[in-house]
Amino acid sequence: MATPTAAPSRGRYLARRVLRLLVSLWIVLTLSFLMVHLIPGDPARASLGLTAPQELVESRRAELGLDRPLPVQYLTYLGDLARGDLGVSFTSRLPVSRLIGERILATLHLAGLALVVVLIAGVAAGLLATVVAHSGRHRGTDLAFSGGSGVLVAMPEFVTAVGLVAAFGVTLRWLPVAGLAGPDSYLLPVLALASGPAAALARIVRAEGLRVLDLEYIRTARAKRLTRSRLYLRHALPNCLTATLTVAGLTLSSLVAGTVLIENVFAWPGLGSAIVSSITQKDYPLTQGLILVLSGIVLLVNFAVDLLIMAVDPRSALGEV
Amino acid sequence: MSPLARFTAWAGLAILVAVAVLAPILLDGPAGRIDPANALLPPGGGHPLGTDELGRDVLARVLVATRLSLGISVTATALGVALGVLVGALPAVVGRRAARLIGAGVNLAVAFPALLLALFVAAITGGGVYGSTLVIALALAPVFARLTQTLAASVQGAEYVAAARLLGVGRARLLLRHVVPNVAGPILVTAMIGISGALIVLSGLSFLGLGVQSPDVDWGVLLNQALNRMYTNPAYALAPAAAVVVGGLVFSLVGDALAVTLGLQPPPPRRGGRTPRRAAAVGDPGGALVHAERLAVTVPLPNGADVRAVRDVTFTVAPGERVGVVGESGCGKTMTALAVAGLTGPEARIGADRLEVLGEPLPPGGRGAGRRLRRTLGTSLAFVFQDPLGSFNPVSRIGGQLAEVAVVHAGLTRRDALRRAVTRLADVRIADPERVARRYPHELSGGMLQRGMIAMGLMNRPRLIVADEPTTALDVTVQREVLALLDRVCGETGAGLLLISHDLAVVAQTCERVLVMYAGRIVEDLPVAALTTGPAHPYTRVLLASVVDMATDRSRPLAAIPGRPPDATADPPGCAFAPRCPRAAGRCATELPELIPVGDGHRAACWHPIGDTA
Ligand code: SF4
Repeated sequence: MATPTAAPSRGRYLARRVLRLLVSLWIVLTLSFLMVHLIPGDPARASLGLTAPQELVESRRAELGLDRPLPVQYLTYLGDLARGDLGVSFTSRLPVSRLIGERILATLHLAGLALVVVLIAGVAAGLLATVVAHSGRHRGTDLAFSGGSGVLVAMPEFVTAVGLVAAFGVTLRWLPVAGLAGPDSYLLPVLALASGPAAALARIVRAEGLRVLDLEYIRTARAKRLTRSRLYLRHALPNCLTATLTVAGLTLSSLVAGTVLIENVFAWPGLGSAIVSSITQKDYPLTQGLILVLSGIVLLVNFAVDLLIMAVDPRSALGEV
Repeated sequence: MSPLARFTAWAGLAILVAVAVLAPILLDGPAGRIDPANALLPPGGGHPLGTDELGRDVLARVLVATRLSLGISVTATALGVALGVLVGALPAVVGRRAARLIGAGVNLAVAFPALLLALFVAAITGGGVYGSTLVIALALAPVFARLTQTLAASVQGAEYVAAARLLGVGRARLLLRHVVPNVAGPILVTAMIGISGALIVLSGLSFLGLGVQSPDVDWGVLLNQALNRMYTNPAYALAPAAAVVVGGLVFSLVGDALAVTLGLQPPPPRRGGRTPRRAAAVGDPGGALVHAERLAVTVPLPNGADVRAVRDVTFTVAPGERVGVVGESGCGKTMTALAVAGLTGPEARIGADRLEVLGEPLPPGGRGAGRRLRRTLGTSLAFVFQDPLGSFNPVSRIGGQLAEVAVVHAGLTRRDALRRAVTRLADVRIADPERVARRYPHELSGGMLQRGMIAMGLMNRPRLIVADEPTTALDVTVQREVLALLDRVCGETGAGLLLISHDLAVVAQTCERVLVMYAGRIVEDLPVAALTTGPAHPYTRVLLASVVDMATDRSRPLAAIPGRPPDATADPPGCAFAPRCPRAAGRCATELPELIPVGDGHRAACWHPIGDTA
């Protein structure tokens, strides 16, 4: 009687994921530390411009710690980081951690809201499309779904944003197109951010749904004579979840990146608009801090999705190499 | 992908390339002419899309910008592919440790959004035409590194590579003749899609002011300059936005088209429409468990042909009767079973003069079954499938899957249903049923799962058990146990059995009556006892002979019959067995023999039945 217990492999899977997260975080830390050192020429000079007096450049070199040996700089950097000290912004002379703290919520709200929209709209539309395609009737509807979602997927979020601004802000003048004021100022940015990923998710759900519906255990479920809603929701959907969640996870990390563009279209007071201006102004400490935080969010999201998949799909832990 | 879409892809690519090459030569004048008096004009007049803040023609500027947008995207993708392939191929050359390290690094980079990578590199290089090219190349490289790794791994494990190695083919030749051709196609296709990704990232960066920088102009730069002028001339911003979308779409379409051309992707399967079918006649209650008259099942193939899986099948199963259906694979026996249970897929077309199960007429195709019918079938018909592992839902526990039937149809609470599930698992002689009920399917053996499947059928009161090759996927010793279990279950519950098998011996052990199917039709219907005294149909004789052979000499293959069953899409006149039949003569090849009585409870469809001297 073969009854292997699943517990140890799950534990190992978890351990591997945690290890991967830690290693990734370390790599991101190190890369963001190295960023300043990879800048060709003298970063202090580059940040101040060609005309800046030499002593100013020297003092900035000291501020960046560039006058000390590399290993010492690295250790100092790690030590500061452990204390939550991300340095001081060149342009505003304020601590980077404070600048980030002021802006992070705006970005998280935007990305979080967009994710909720993506999950609800994407899964609902995908399931509907699955049912339509599986029935074999309504071929026109099925084709329209494939075409429409294909275009939405291909639209980069900032292009969608421009289109939305043109339609609702400029032509119809219904909605605010810049800044974060009231709840209605969320509408266009969230829509611009969510439409592409939602369409992508819907396509995955449809493809997975059709694959799953052809599997044998669905026939077993049909042999139980369940209602159709129970068949789709209780038997087919959970088996699409692994793929769906994987995509949703990638989507969320791309949502975080997408906020950078969207925030710049809508003048959103978040991390994304800050990182762009910090790069153009060569405010290296701020750029470093923002890259670190944005990457950290992406890594944590990927980790959370892995855990979620493990919880939903008992096979995922076994399938791991 | 339709031919039209493929044509669109290539035509779009040709147009894009033409614009990229010609526009800067032909339109340099209007794109560069500064005319502040005519700044930000709306579309119209000499300017189809209006003018920008310096009075330059927007359309001309967008067209001219095509060169830089595409140039950078294509160059960056090429660089990214080269870099990625190099990194991806490294593991094959370096030691094991280093290979794993590279693999892990690539996995990490792939999970990272390209735009974030690009921002990081842009912060270092500071943008510009060359900087952006580098940025995008580096951001795309991980994708191609991973693709190369995957492909290389799959090629290395492939049989033809192993075969070539055995033949002593040298390393370089192996790489050139076997590995590269198999890897190049997918990489080329992905590269096309990569260009559209590069275009989007580039436009994004330029739009943010971190990519191409004015006075160089690409679509992103235009979009950047136009955004603040939305209220004066929306077309100014919409035109470069549209250009980005069109450019991106064209390259992904070209990727898809290339995949079809290179044969990397099957054309999408066609999901068949349905034709109206004859309604089933009304039933007579208290009669047979199964009553099928002139049942036909047709399944459309993706290529448009129809497989006539079941043709004109008429039979009954009396209460408590055990009927076996035998035949080679593809003879329609499984389809018959599924049709009787109302479980054919949505694409199958079912026609019948009469199709009743458990006294209820089945609606065509088993779909749209009303509540009453669903309950009748759900409680009184049990189905045991061939592949026990595939037939359980992989993400829920065994107990829950058994319990569901009782919850849905018998109205039990979940706890009671679970308790009943454990009892039923014990009934099918599973040791430690409580523990097994808490297991997931992949944690159990095939034999145990098949017992579980039978237990699932016993959750309510089955009057009919349909078992489709229930033992084929199991070990020989387990096979016998499962058959014995089915036999016992039928005996104890008084349920009828419809047992589908390719193995006449299995059917002879378990059943009272045998239906022999060939090419979608029942060719003989006889009591099991008559098998030994002599079947009337030549095909049954051959089947029987092969079983006897098997029994005496187990090393001989089962298929001892010369020839093959006819193509199920064809519709020849006459007896389908004629090309293989030793007794074929006269009208055999031209006229179809009907299934007619040849003895007591014995029917055969043959012009020259054995034992018939006429
Ligand atoms: S009808 Fe003719 S060909 Fe067909 S089985 Fe009988 S004898 Fe053979």
